[in-house]
Amino acid sequence: MNDFYNNAIGHWVVVVVAMTVLLFVVLTATAYTVWFERVALGRIQRRPGPNRVGPAGLMQLAADGVKLAFKESFIPEKTDRIIYVLAPAIGVAAAFLAWAVIPIGLWDYYGPKIQYWIADVNVGILVIFAASSLNVYAIVLGGYSSNNKYSLLGGLRSAAQLISYEMALGLALVPTFMIVGSLRLRDIVEYTVTWGPYHGPIPLILLTPIGFIIYLISATAETNRTPFDLPEAEQELIGGFLTEYSGLKFTMYYLAEYLNVITVSTLAVLLFFGGWYLGPIPPVIAFLFKVVIMIFVYIWLRGTFPRLRYDMLMRLGWKVLLPLAMANVVVTAVVLVAVS
Amino acid sequence: MADEKKDKDEKQPSVAGDVGALLTGLKTTLSESFRPVVTTMYPEDKTPRSERYRGRHYLRRYDNGLERCIGCELCAAACPVGCILVIAAENTDENRVSPGERYAKTYEINMLRCIFCGYCEEACPVQAIVLGPEYELSDTSREKFIYTKEKLLEPLPPDVQARLDSKAAPSPPPSPLRGEGA
Repeated sequence: MNDFYNNAIGHWVVVVVAMTVLLFVVLTATAYTVWFERVALGRIQRRPGPNRVGPAGLMQLAADGVKLAFKESFIPEKTDRIIYVLAPAIGVAAAFLAWAVIPIGLWDYYGPKIQYWIADVNVGILVIFAASSLNVYAIVLGGYSSNNKYSLLGGLRSAAQLISYEMALGLALVPTFMIVGSLRLRDIVEYTVTWGPYHGPIPLILLTPIGFIIYLISATAETNRTPFDLPEAEQELIGGFLTEYSGLKFTMYYLAEYLNVITVSTLAVLLFFGGWYLGPIPPVIAFLFKVVIMIFVYIWLRGTFPRLRYDMLMRLGWKVLLPLAMANVVVTAVVLVAVS
Repeated sequence: MADEKKDKDEKQPSVAGDVGALLTGLKTTLSESFRPVVTTMYPEDKTPRSERYRGRHYLRRYDNGLERCIGCELCAAACPVGCILVIAAENTDENRVSPGERYAKTYEINMLRCIFCGYCEEACPVQAIVLGPEYELSDTSREKFIYTKEKLLEPLPPDVQARLDSKAAPSPPPSPLRGEGA
């Protein structure tokens, strides 16, 4: 296998197969994330959620997808057509791009360790940040090109929000890098400690709990989800940047949103919960389990909290999370120096 | 004075208090999600209706098969939206449809107009027309909403029959106009 992978052509074959598999797996996962969210939100409100199409409503997303795909692809007049069409594509592309560097452990027992990744970049986490910050273009350009004041306001809010929270998000993870000493996601997951009799990987949340809390909040803001879904605050902005979108272009925004939810959940698992390590449980199952739990946390937050007011959002971002993240970096640095 | 100070202290925002409030919210939603679902699965399950529920109409018959309606048109007169059309005809000994002098040759209700107020049921002197429990009346064309006499004479659902029996309606009523046929 190693010989095949190191061969130039073999390498590309492996990468293309991995990308194809990823596309199918992640798209299916996105569909069922939507289903999971609708059911979980339903249960929180004591409703059953979708339960008509297929067993337990599992085919609901297929039905929705077919319906959206067959809708008329309507472009309103006086829009900036090129940007209008391009914006949702940027959103989906950015959402998928992050998956290029996300590793997943598949098998950990007899014989070789089997892990999955498309690119094992030594600055993996920076690649993810770079890709996910492209998301702001999808929303701002979509809002700008729609020629609709609500869309524009949604886009502007989104720009301000994403820029504000990206800082806190990045800084929240700095202590993790300082402890591990690498930006490669695999290294972070494989980070092992020797605590007395225990030698092995640990969930890094034990070392950076504050970082996790900041990450959780700012990742919710980064993915534009309730309680930080101001760009599409329907009570005041109709649909925000989504107002003028319908059919497949709307589907792409929708897809991007849920892809981002999966991405930030996966990243939280990799960075804070020990990735695919969970005692004797097979890695791939442990990984899926953790990701589902994280996705549930995001849905749970959505089902619980009302949307923040805009000035509160900014205050939370700049006056609470950012100083807290900086203090976290400084304290971690001091502790690291003291320990070494 | 001490109370005032206490009130002031309670209103002081504190980080611990705020975080506690958030956690209370999370706890509430999580515990709610494990409680039973309250939705009625509509096409399969239906919520119970009052026994006096006013749905679609039925025309009743006597036990001996004669129609109750005597074609007096009081229902049509009572109807606030004018959705009932009654055209009466004389009963003869050869063609006896109802025990009275006349019967309804045509009896039509325009269900698109009907507001289900039940005034027709109240106006009827022989309790020929009643409102049943059915409310799923959708159909595919306007013509199908003109309920004809044949459709209205369908047998009554048992629960409506029970309601009418409990009112102890006089049955058959003493005929005010003439004797019981032959």
